[in-house]
Amino acid sequence: MNNEVIAPTPTDWNGNVMQKRIARRYASERRFKAMGFFSVALSTMFLAFLLFTMLGQGLRGFQRTEVAVEFDFPALTSGTSAASITGPNADAALNSMDIPGLVELAVGQQYAGLEEGLLTSAAADNVRQMLIENPDLVTSKQTLWIPADTRLDVAFKRSGEPAAEKTVATLSQKDALRTGFNWTFLTGADATDPSSVGIWAAFKGSLMTMGITLLLAFPIGVLSALYLEEYATKNRLTDIIEVSINNLAAVPSIIFGLLGLAVFLTMFGMPRSSALVGGLTLALMTMPVIVIAGRNAVKSVPPSIREAALGIGASPVQVVFHHVLPLALPGILTGTIIGMARALGETAPLLMIGMRAFIPAAPQGFTDATTALPVQIYLWSDEVNQGFVEKTSAAIIVLLIFLLSMNALAIYLRNRFETRW
Amino acid sequence: MVKFMTGTALLFLVLGLGLVGWISGRARAAAFVRSAKGGPRGTVNSLPYYHGWFVAICAIAPALVFMFVWQSISPSLVTNMVLSAPAAADLPQDTFARAAILSEARAIAQGFQATAFQDGSEKLVSLYRGALSYYQWIGVAATLSLLFAGGAFAFTRIKPDFRARGKVERVVMFGLLVASLIAILTTLGIFASLIFESWRFFSMVSPFEFLFGTDWNPKSTVTPGADNGYGAIPLFWGTIYIGAIIAMIVAIPLGLMSAIFLTQYASSNVRKWMKPILEILAGVPTVVYGYFAALTVAPAIRDLAVTLGVSNAASDNALAAGIVMGIMIIPLVSSMSDDSIAAVPNAMRDGSLAMGATKSETIKQVLLPAALPGVVGGVLLAVSRAIGETMIVVMAAGYTANLTANPFDTITTVTVQIVALLTGDQDFGSPHTLAAFALGLALFVTTFFLNYVALRVVKKYREAYE
Repeated sequence: MNNEVIAPTPTDWNGNVMQKRIARRYASERRFKAMGFFSVALSTMFLAFLLFTMLGQGLRGFQRTEVAVEFDFPALTSGTSAASITGPNADAALNSMDIPGLVELAVGQQYAGLEEGLLTSAAADNVRQMLIENPDLVTSKQTLWIPADTRLDVAFKRSGEPAAEKTVATLSQKDALRTGFNWTFLTGADATDPSSVGIWAAFKGSLMTMGITLLLAFPIGVLSALYLEEYATKNRLTDIIEVSINNLAAVPSIIFGLLGLAVFLTMFGMPRSSALVGGLTLALMTMPVIVIAGRNAVKSVPPSIREAALGIGASPVQVVFHHVLPLALPGILTGTIIGMARALGETAPLLMIGMRAFIPAAPQGFTDATTALPVQIYLWSDEVNQGFVEKTSAAIIVLLIFLLSMNALAIYLRNRFETRW
Repeated sequence: MVKFMTGTALLFLVLGLGLVGWISGRARAAAFVRSAKGGPRGTVNSLPYYHGWFVAICAIAPALVFMFVWQSISPSLVTNMVLSAPAAADLPQDTFARAAILSEARAIAQGFQATAFQDGSEKLVSLYRGALSYYQWIGVAATLSLLFAGGAFAFTRIKPDFRARGKVERVVMFGLLVASLIAILTTLGIFASLIFESWRFFSMVSPFEFLFGTDWNPKSTVTPGADNGYGAIPLFWGTIYIGAIIAMIVAIPLGLMSAIFLTQYASSNVRKWMKPILEILAGVPTVVYGYFAALTVAPAIRDLAVTLGVSNAASDNALAAGIVMGIMIIPLVSSMSDDSIAAVPNAMRDGSLAMGATKSETIKQVLLPAALPGVVGGVLLAVSRAIGETMIVVMAAGYTANLTANPFDTITTVTVQIVALLTGDQDFGSPHTLAAFALGLALFVTTFFLNYVALRVVKKYREAYE
């Protein structure tokens, strides 16, 4: 009998084979880590590239090219006095001055041969506005800086059509071109001429839509969250409510637009493309987001608070409204701001309810036809005219600034008021 | 006279009177409390402000309900009154022409429109004015009398032993329940409107053609039985190709690897900064992505395709839309993977590391298999998000239905066609509009199914490790 036990050969870790194998495993480890780093870096680079592209194009949208035009007002208007274009009759007096004719005359004298495509189509309105702001101009010879035609604008800022480039070269020699801040862009409305478009109308429409959304989605969302978290007994109805909310939170936004079209516009006959319908549609979309955030916030309030309040005699309603809700409010607000930011950037449902019309004036009421900032971006992006490219990017910058600051506010609120129990 | 009391003004009046009710109810109850001073504790059942709320609710609630009902029935009452007048007898019998004249007269009477364009609407204006103000006065009077009756009733009920709190709390509970029912109502509304309009669509175009036809070229007039160009297969294919294939090829590796790097390798400082930065990608509005895709990515890809020798590359190619959509989805995939990796018990990871596995081996062979259901759930959610995405494809992908797998070709999707079909001033009952609802129904059902499965998978998986 052979009692010898064959001892297994111990692994020779220092041997060539094992060392090679370890080296291979370490190399694979490094490769894997590098891949992870590469993914994060690539995602960040996408974001950076996107933001830089928008900034690079959009900043020009806040500027405009202006042309110096000399107006010999006393000669052109046969001596209209400053007093006559002030006061209650100013409108009539300005109308009788025939400002478009004046502009044509002044331009014809100075830039003979270049009149075509020199000034913006709103040049007369600009002159009129200058006269209203400063009536004394009318008494003397003045050099006014008038926004240039959009082709000229594009040619001066980057490179445009050959004809416009030639005009730019001629004007630059005379020192008759300068770059100014484009106030019209912040105060104006949509127009067919890119040199006189503005985002104020769309922005106001967005604000009004958001106002309606907040007014509806916030109370309904908070009350639903409180009901589901604090009072609902586990039954069929509660299950259905929960499934509905979870499902609504993931329904594509365009479906809400179809709902708005079928129910609010066609069934209830509400005014098309109004802030009211837009707000209602977006409220239905935002509500589930607020409910889900609200439930998490309410859930994180410890039971001891409720038990203590119940113990000293508060009713269930008092417990929730006096104790739980105030403690959960920061979390609910964070969720609300995030939901509102999402609604502010939403375009598709608004297109469905007709907010894609050309609206050349800011809405005055909640039932007026209006447009919203993201929709305006979409409409401008569709324009063929080169002048709209930088306006679109500039509008995107404004939208992103608002969205990012809303998100930053939400993060700040979360960090500032978040309580760890 | 007519514009004397618009809805908003009346609403504010009602709310203001409610405030008055609140103050007076509270004051009356407070007087009880004062007079009960020195008496035994608890003679006054509820705190004064509960009495205030009781009065305010009794005053406002019926008035608001009445206002809402009146708002919906009064237009038809006004129209009936106008039509019953002798001047309305010579209106055209044609329903459309009639409705146009009536609505114009109404708009002028309400001051929305200045001048009449239709024959015969001018003389109806004064009739409309009369009818509008008549019913408006009835509405205002009824609202206010309801308000005062309710308020007075509640006010007389206030007594020291009146259980105001119980009543108010019951109203609050009712309000909470109603608020949560709105979610069900919305879901039902979506479902009902989609089903109803789709049903109307399928009574014109056969469902067979819609679901299995390969020719998408919708005609505005349909002939039953013939090929009307409503075959949605190319759209379904385009949606899957862009949203579920190209976008996922971008989003899954990048999102998953980002999550792994941030949770397993990065220092807490890096994680603290990188996570919110990645979340910004999710916060950028889709219209911005769409613009970016159309303006920057698509031309670049076309140029690339041309240098690669693909001559027929379109400027609105599927690849640009898909890639940009994938970028948008990265944070979603990343955060879902992050959650599911974090849910794997530490013991499993520690055990693997203790056996001498390297970190990447642990991740690849222990963590990922254990977290797989969660990751798959996240991917399903991402797919559902991608196929429902509208603006990126509307702006960057094309409008031409193409049944092709060439990523440089132009491909259209369901959402693009919904937008395209509803553009322009179509009559609501036209097959184009209704087809958009049928496409919406297909989209809704698909995303509902994906979400349901995804949530089930994630939930089951979480329970497995709890």
